[in-house]
Amino acid sequence: MAERAFNIRRLPGVATLAIGCFVILYIPMVILVGNSFNAGKVIGHWEGVSLHWYVAALHNEAFLAAAQTSLLLATLAALIATITATMAALATTRAADFRGQGAIHLIVNQPLMVPEIVLAIALLIILAQVKQATGYTGLGYLIAAHTTFCIPFAYMPIRARLEGMDLSLETAAADLYASRFYTFRRVTLPLLAPGILAGFMLAFVVSLDDVVMSDFLKSPGQETLPTYLMGELRRNLTSEIYAISSLLLLISVLIVAGSWAATRKKA
Amino acid sequence: MGEAPNTERDAQNADARQRWRLALPAVTIIMVFSILPLIVVVLYSVLTPGDYGNVRWVFSTEGWFSVLFERDIFDDTLSLSDAHLTILARSVGLSLLTTALTLIFGVPTAWFIATRPPAARAFWLFLVTIPFWTNLLVRTIAVQEMIRSEGVFNRLFLWLGLIDQPIQMMFTNFAVLLGMAYVFLPLMVLPVFAAVEKFDFRLAEAGYDLYASRLFCLRKVILPLVRPGIIAGSILVFVPSLGAYVTPRIMGGGKSMMLGNLIEMQFGQGRNWPLGAALSITLTLLVLIALIYYTRLTSGRQGRSHG
Repeated sequence: MAERAFNIRRLPGVATLAIGCFVILYIPMVILVGNSFNAGKVIGHWEGVSLHWYVAALHNEAFLAAAQTSLLLATLAALIATITATMAALATTRAADFRGQGAIHLIVNQPLMVPEIVLAIALLIILAQVKQATGYTGLGYLIAAHTTFCIPFAYMPIRARLEGMDLSLETAAADLYASRFYTFRRVTLPLLAPGILAGFMLAFVVSLDDVVMSDFLKSPGQETLPTYLMGELRRNLTSEIYAISSLLLLISVLIVAGSWAATRKKA
Repeated sequence: MGEAPNTERDAQNADARQRWRLALPAVTIIMVFSILPLIVVVLYSVLTPGDYGNVRWVFSTEGWFSVLFERDIFDDTLSLSDAHLTILARSVGLSLLTTALTLIFGVPTAWFIATRPPAARAFWLFLVTIPFWTNLLVRTIAVQEMIRSEGVFNRLFLWLGLIDQPIQMMFTNFAVLLGMAYVFLPLMVLPVFAAVEKFDFRLAEAGYDLYASRLFCLRKVILPLVRPGIIAGSILVFVPSLGAYVTPRIMGGGKSMMLGNLIEMQFGQGRNWPLGAALSITLTLLVLIALIYYTRLTSGRQGRSHG
């Protein structure tokens, strides 16, 4: 009977739609990378394969400065966000309900509940005045803003890891007269490390990805990679945009592949 | 009363205090750089616009009025603001369509990945995570290249002789929809995949053995168990679509603006900060309504399954 041979795992049409979905996801990115190897300056006019635009990008002072700013910003914001989020996660897990537990959880997640553009406008209103009053135009504003929206992203995996952790090892350490600090450093922290690493990476990528916040809060002359790319897109469409985009794409592939390899080794 | 309950309560209080101290840095950062600025936005929405941006500290409800109405310059009569209503309707409409489009492609894809053998599953999942982690701006540029006047589709159609001159696809609602569906698609696939992966296929097989039809099985056995993933995916796509700024800006330009772009305009060339503030709060409220609806949907479901 035909009906008996039917496999529930293979619903009709699903594979076709799924493969179509992957094709749709990848064709634009493949074409983008392909265009980055175009020797010609005008995009869309193919003049042969060349690494010219990668060389041009790596000699472009403005691009290099933006890359440097982006990496510094993402590292600092992710670092501060991860440390404070770890502390907050330790505070809100593994305890009987205490007064304010829900409030802490809600506050830490609050930046996720507001559209980024609204948060950017809100910070712009305040920080523009601080800028005027103090005259300081450094990276501090962007670090503060990025740290703020990175905290909930770092908090999620760390909290999830803590909730899944077995309390008995720490109890055992305490029974053996280990001090609270010693227990934390030698038992809790190593167990928590994968969660902290995941939180840091998530925060790092989210910071690196950000356009809106940086675009609104940067001081004149300050550029991150995405705001530089956005500016180039507005000014002149040359193949260099595709080279820079491909480099950013490469970074994401490396990060995903890296975390993939790291989790596989453990499993 | 005895002493024991007291010391126990003291210990509890000490523990709570210590926990608050631990959370203090994160809480302080978010209070100062997110919650306080949002309160200022609420305040600015009821002030008078200044001449060169900023505000004058005079109470006014004009900002809130301008969200939906416009005042005639000559006779002060109020009429509904077509421009704002169009953008509001477009934001909600395109976000719903984006969610629908990602559902159509995302759910079968998630199903497909979850039903592969484990080794192949890891590979397909890897393919979804790469676009997920790729810069949103880069992905928007990639879609733009497809539908530009000199982009892939137009050149392909010209070459095939289907059209004589390029079709203008950029700076339309279609372009914004396509861009948003493309960039937010992984946000639909991942939560649905997580739900389908947990699904015990023996349940569906049991349904078949009891002579349930395919459709009945899908509707009565599979759908209820996969529903939380579909709801989570929908909210994960709908909420960022509603507040989208970068993708509509590149794909829609000035012709197909969304709420985020309208807000930005009030702080740039438009220079009406109170209106911008009122629009910001409107957008935030729309997002909150969606989130509350989401929590009610999910908690309601849990209640039923326990009952």
